[in-house]
Amino acid sequence: MLSPELGHYALALACILAAAQGILPLIGAQRRDRRVMMLAPGLAVGQLLALLASFLCLVNAAVTDDFSVQNIAANSAVSKPLLYKITGVWGNHEGSILLWALILGICGAAVAAFGRNLPSALRARVIAVLGAVAAGFELFCLTTSDPFARVWPAPMDGQGMNPLLQDPGLAFHPPILYTGYVGFAVPFAFAIAALMEGRVDAAWGRWVRPWAVAAWCFLTCGIALGSWWSYYVLGWGGYWFWDPVENASLIPWLTGTALIHSAIVVEKRESLKIWTVLLAIATFSFSLSGTFLVRSGILNSVHAFANDPARGIFILGLLAVVIGGSLALFAYRAPTLTAGGLFAPVSREGALVLNNILLCSLCAVVVTGTMYPPFMSLLFDRTISVGKPFFDATTIPLAIPLFIFMGFGPMLPWKRAQLWPVLQRLWIAALLAGVAFAVFTFGMSGIPPILCSALAVWVICSSVLDIADRVRLFRMPLSGSLQRARMLPRSIFGTAIAHAGVGITILGLAAMSQAQHKIVEVPVGTTEHLAGYDWTLTDVKQEPGPNYTALVATLEVRHNGKIVTIMHPSKRSFNSQNQTTTEVSIHTNLLADLYGVLGDKHGTDAAPTYVLRLHYNPLAPWMWLGALIMAIGGALSLSDRRMRVGAPRRAKSSSDTVTTA
Amino acid sequence: MSTPPENTTRRRLLMAVPLAGAAVVGVGFWKMLSGMQHGSFNPHNINAPVLNRPVPDFSVPDQAPGQGFTAQDLRALTQPVLVNFFASWCIPCLAEMPTLMGLKDDLPMWGIAYKDRPENAAGFLKHSGNPFTRLGNDHDGRVGIDWGISGVPETFLIGPGGIIRWHSAAPLDVDTIRSTLAPLLESLKKS
Repeated sequence: MLSPELGHYALALACILAAAQGILPLIGAQRRDRRVMMLAPGLAVGQLLALLASFLCLVNAAVTDDFSVQNIAANSAVSKPLLYKITGVWGNHEGSILLWALILGICGAAVAAFGRNLPSALRARVIAVLGAVAAGFELFCLTTSDPFARVWPAPMDGQGMNPLLQDPGLAFHPPILYTGYVGFAVPFAFAIAALMEGRVDAAWGRWVRPWAVAAWCFLTCGIALGSWWSYYVLGWGGYWFWDPVENASLIPWLTGTALIHSAIVVEKRESLKIWTVLLAIATFSFSLSGTFLVRSGILNSVHAFANDPARGIFILGLLAVVIGGSLALFAYRAPTLTAGGLFAPVSREGALVLNNILLCSLCAVVVTGTMYPPFMSLLFDRTISVGKPFFDATTIPLAIPLFIFMGFGPMLPWKRAQLWPVLQRLWIAALLAGVAFAVFTFGMSGIPPILCSALAVWVICSSVLDIADRVRLFRMPLSGSLQRARMLPRSIFGTAIAHAGVGITILGLAAMSQAQHKIVEVPVGTTEHLAGYDWTLTDVKQEPGPNYTALVATLEVRHNGKIVTIMHPSKRSFNSQNQTTTEVSIHTNLLADLYGVLGDKHGTDAAPTYVLRLHYNPLAPWMWLGALIMAIGGALSLSDRRMRVGAPRRAKSSSDTVTTA
Repeated sequence: MSTPPENTTRRRLLMAVPLAGAAVVGVGFWKMLSGMQHGSFNPHNINAPVLNRPVPDFSVPDQAPGQGFTAQDLRALTQPVLVNFFASWCIPCLAEMPTLMGLKDDLPMWGIAYKDRPENAAGFLKHSGNPFTRLGNDHDGRVGIDWGISGVPETFLIGPGGIIRWHSAAPLDVDTIRSTLAPLLESLKKS
C-alpha cells in the first residue's frame, strides 16, 4: 500500500499544501480576515501529514528492499542490517532533502499547535513564511532530486552503503543536526513576520527566544555528535578538521548563539531589535547556504554528496529568493522600526552586546576562511588552502576576550552596573583561574592552550559562584540556601550550566593540543612507550565478519606494570565495496583516552610487521561532554516558567512545545 | 519622533548593506556554478597547483642527509624530476618508499619533509631507505601550502623549465608508474 508512487504523490500534495500555506494566511493577515487566517494551522498540519506519509513510503521501500527505486538501489543492499536500512534513508542526498522538508513541516505544525496565544495575524504570517520556505524545498525535491524515481530493469541487489557510514553515531547525527538547522527557520519566520507587521517589541523577543534556544540545543548536539564520529571512526585522532562542511555547521551555531543572547535584550530592555531581527535572518540563511552549497559541489569537502551543477543552479535560485527576499524586506522595513535607547557600557545589556560583537567577529572569521579559497580561485585564478594554522591564529584571539567576559556577564545587573562589586564577588574565580594558570604553565606547553585552560577554569568557577551568590550559600543556613535555590528561575541555572559546559569544552580542546601520539611499525611482541604507558602488541589474527574480514590486534596497555586495558583495534576489508575501514579501539577513564589504531601489514608472511598508531588524548571526552552540558543548560532554561508563560497580557503558554520537542 | 532626512538616508543605506553583501556572494556562487558546468572552474582543484604551470616560489632548507632547494633550482632543470612530499608520521609514506626506491634509478627524485622534525625525517629515511638526491625540510608546512598539497604523500612530476607536468595526491604504486608516469616521461623526453 505504501508504494513509492503514493510517496511521490504525497510529496506533491505536501508541496501544494505548503504553497497554499505560504499564500493564503498572508492575504488573510493583510485583509484582517480572520477566516482566511484560520486556514494556516490546518494547512500546516495537513502538509506535515502528507510529508509523513511520503517519508513512511520511502522508509517502507528501504525496509522491504525495493530495488526498483533508484535511491534504494544505489544506497542499500539486502545484507544491510535493518537499523541502517532505516537510517540509510537520510544518508543520501534525496532522502536527506525529504527529511529536511519533514522537519520543516514539523516546525510549521508546532507553531500551529503551540502558538495559540500569539496574536492571530502574527501567527498566520509566521506559519505562512514557514510554508513558503517549505514549498520551495519540496519543489526542489520533486524536480531535481526525486527520492522515488524508479529504475528499470530493477537490479537484484543494491550497491550497498559506504561502510564508513554504517555507524550508530552517524545514523542519528543528520536528524539531530537538521533539526538544529531547520529549527532556526522558526525565529527566521518570526523575524519576517515582524518585518511585515513593522513591529518588534518585548513580547516578540519573548516568543522567539524559546524556538531559538531549542534549535540551538539541537545544533549543539548535532555538531558534537559529528565531531565525535570523526574522532572514533576516521582513526586519525582528530576531532575537527576545519572542513567546509564542518564550518557550515559552526557558522550558524555562532550566529545562533549570538541570537539567543540578543533576544534577551529585546525581551528585557526592548533594545537591539533590528540587530536581533537581522541575526534571526542571518542564522537561518547560513543554515540554508551551508547545507545546500555543500550539495552543489562549490565547497570542496571530504563529506561530499554526489554533486550536480544543475541542482546547484536550482538551489542558488531558491537561496536567492529566500535570503535575498528576506534581506530586501529587511532593507525596506528595518529603517522604519523604532531604534532602542542607548545604554551604559557596564551593564548586563552592555555585556550582551559585547558577546554579540565577539561571536559575530568569530563568525566572520570562519566565513572568510571557508569562502576565501573558492573566491580567490574565481577572481584571481590563484589557488590557496586555508587550514588549521589560519583558524588557530584568528579564532583564539577573539575567543579569549569572549571567555573573560563570559565570567562577568551573568553577574552584571541590568541598566547600570558597577564593575567593582562584581569583581569583589568573583575574586574566588579569579584566584582559582590564577592558580590554574600557574599549574598549567608547568604541565602544558604553548601559551594559547595554557591561557585558554585558565580561562575555562574562570568561566566554570564564575558560573558556580553566580549560583552560589544568588542562593547566598554559606552566608545563611543551608536550608535557607536550598529554599532560595528552589525559588530561583530555572533559566538562571540554565545559563550557569550552559556557560560551565562551554568551560568544559574549552578545557577539553586545550588539553587535546597536548595530545601525544606515535606511529610505529613493529612485529608482534614489541612494547612501545607513550605518555607513561607501555603498549604491547601481543597478537594479530584474522577474524571473519558478516560482510567483511577483519585483522584484529590485541594490544595490552600497562601503567607501572599493572594492566590498564586490553584493546582490540582492527582493520576490516569489505568484500563487496573493495574498501577497508579501521576500527579504532578507545579506552577512556574520562580524564584521558587511550586510542589505538591498527594500520597496514608489512614485511614477509614469515616475519610480518604491523603499523600501529597510538594516541594519548588527555580530556578528549570533555569536548563532547561540554557540548552536551551546554544543550542541557539550554533545555533547562526552556523549562523555565518565564519562558512558557507568555507576555503579561497573555496569560497562557506560548511555547511548551520546545520542552518536549 | 522625527529624524533629520540625511540621517534617515544613512539608516536606509546601512540596512541595505546585508542585502548588497549577500548579492555579491550570490553572484560569485553563480559564476562558480556556471564555471563548473563549462569545466572552467573545478572546486576540487582548488588545493592543487594548476598543471602545466611553473612551480610556485619557495625555498626549503637542508634536510639531512641531503641539500635543500628552491624554485630557481627546479626551473633551471633540463631533465624531468619527481618532487615528493613525505613525513615520518605518515603511514602511506612508509608504504610508498619501496616503490620510490625502485624508481630512483630511472628518475631523479627530490624530497620535502612536510611538518616534520629534521631528526625524525632523517631517522625515517635511514630505516626506509633514501631515494632522494636532494632533500628539504618544510617544518611549518608553509611550502606545502604554496604547493597546495592536501596531505602526504603527494608527488609532482616537474618537467624541464620547472613546469608541473603531473600530480598525484595518492601514494605511488607500480601500476600508476607503468600506466601514467612512464608514458608521460617518454613524451617529455621526446619533446
